[in-house]
Amino acid sequence: MYEIIEGFIEATKLIATFDPDVMAIAARSIIVSFTATIAATLISVPLGAAISFGSFRGKKSLINLIQTLYSLPTVIVGLLIFLLISRVGPFGFMRLLFTPTAMIIAQTVLILPIMTGLTIAALSGVDPVIRDTLYSLGATRLQFLVNIMKEARFAILMAVAVGFGRAISEVGAAILVGGNIMASSFASSTRTLTTAISLETSMGNIPTSIALGIILLAIALGVNLAITRIQHR
Amino acid sequence: MVALLLICGCTGTTTDPTPAEKQQLRIATTTSLDDTKLLNHLSSIFEKQYNAEVLVISAGTGKALEYGQRGDVDVLMVHDRAREDVFLADGYGINRRVFAYNFFILIGPEADPAGIKGMEPTKAFATIREKGMTDKNVVFVSRGDASGTHAKEQALWKGAGFNYSTDIQGSGDWYLEAGKGMGETLTMANEKEAYTLSDIGTYLAYKGNLDLVTLVDEGDQLLNVYCAMQINPAKYPDINSTIAKDWVNFMISDDVQKEIASFGVDKYGQPLFYAAQKDWEKIGVTEAEVTDPIA
Repeated sequence: MYEIIEGFIEATKLIATFDPDVMAIAARSIIVSFTATIAATLISVPLGAAISFGSFRGKKSLINLIQTLYSLPTVIVGLLIFLLISRVGPFGFMRLLFTPTAMIIAQTVLILPIMTGLTIAALSGVDPVIRDTLYSLGATRLQFLVNIMKEARFAILMAVAVGFGRAISEVGAAILVGGNIMASSFASSTRTLTTAISLETSMGNIPTSIALGIILLAIALGVNLAITRIQHR
Repeated sequence: MVALLLICGCTGTTTDPTPAEKQQLRIATTTSLDDTKLLNHLSSIFEKQYNAEVLVISAGTGKALEYGQRGDVDVLMVHDRAREDVFLADGYGINRRVFAYNFFILIGPEADPAGIKGMEPTKAFATIREKGMTDKNVVFVSRGDASGTHAKEQALWKGAGFNYSTDIQGSGDWYLEAGKGMGETLTMANEKEAYTLSDIGTYLAYKGNLDLVTLVDEGDQLLNVYCAMQINPAKYPDINSTIAKDWVNFMISDDVQKEIASFGVDKYGQPLFYAAQKDWEKIGVTEAEVTDPIA
């Protein structure tokens, strides 16, 4: 019990004094996961729309597959990306392994299914009356898309928030393709909140782990609060 | 997938503005050199001298060799002579230089339920196994991660007359494979009040958080020799071989040998590693391996 209380006190100090190491790790986590979320949004929203509005054979099975991949294990994504970008792998020439970029790629792949699936759900949740009205008003394909997207924007935003949450909280892929590097420059390091918590706990640096954990939770909370605010506007 | 990689590659590079003039050196290392902070200490000196950036991937010798074989790093720092020899013979590594050594120790709970204190290493191992089979208080935590320490442990089981995969692995709940680095394994052994094999450096660095004590620390079998080597640029032409060479030569330079010999003395009251240069005979390597800079 003493250890936990002591840990919390030390952790509060680390956060309150803006400990440079802790802040750098938190900032890196946000940058990596935010970039991954943007990349995944750029892919999953058009993809989700195409699947949602398209009519083709196997649509149901495809949606089922996407939903199954919601729980894609992070270490499997890590392993897959590792094999692809390792020097002897097909994309080895790009020298991406053990860089923040590698973590961004892995997290993008990781959250694509859930973001695509939630986009499909968001679009199919739009009131059918609105669809019919748009049709009857003779909307062009583009006008139709834009208006439906507008209607579904909050639900899509929710998909983005869920994607970001999954990205910033995963540890398996980040450690496999990032390597948990603490370099002297910010941009070359690959230590994130989750990989650092894993390491610091194993090294017995409990206060640092708690501090990092508090920040991770605060980020998740902050994102959700922001989303809720937007939704209530 | 290709498109995806390209997209991410582009967005990713914006977060990665490495100054062009700084060279990057990627090192895959055994966990002990990283957990003790020795590598951290030496790389900050190196970074200033060579205007380079050192990226350390701490992984255990087995994984480090794997990264090296795949061409994902420029330099290896490992401690498993037998596998290093294979690695060199296969042409993946070149220019091995030995820079440090210390000893493995067998540590365990102070109560020492197996009663191995002061025994010969292989005798102690055999006793732990025998007692572990019947007494549930006798537990051994293995690295279980194909690291150099794990290799040494397997050699000791073999030396004690056991077949590792049939007599030890899966022979009972007394034998646990952690699958983790040295520091994490020490923490686990501490929680479980178990025995484990550790390099002395990591043990000293973690001792503050541990209740485990040294029980066996004598015997030639416990020697632990660290080397640095380059990944062969003939295998991977775009590897950063100049800076890799600088690093290996740096490790056997007089100044760094002094740094290694004195590292941790102020904090732990004894060195974590010994410099290899003057003791090459004692540790069974050639003089060239500890003194000759790579041309």
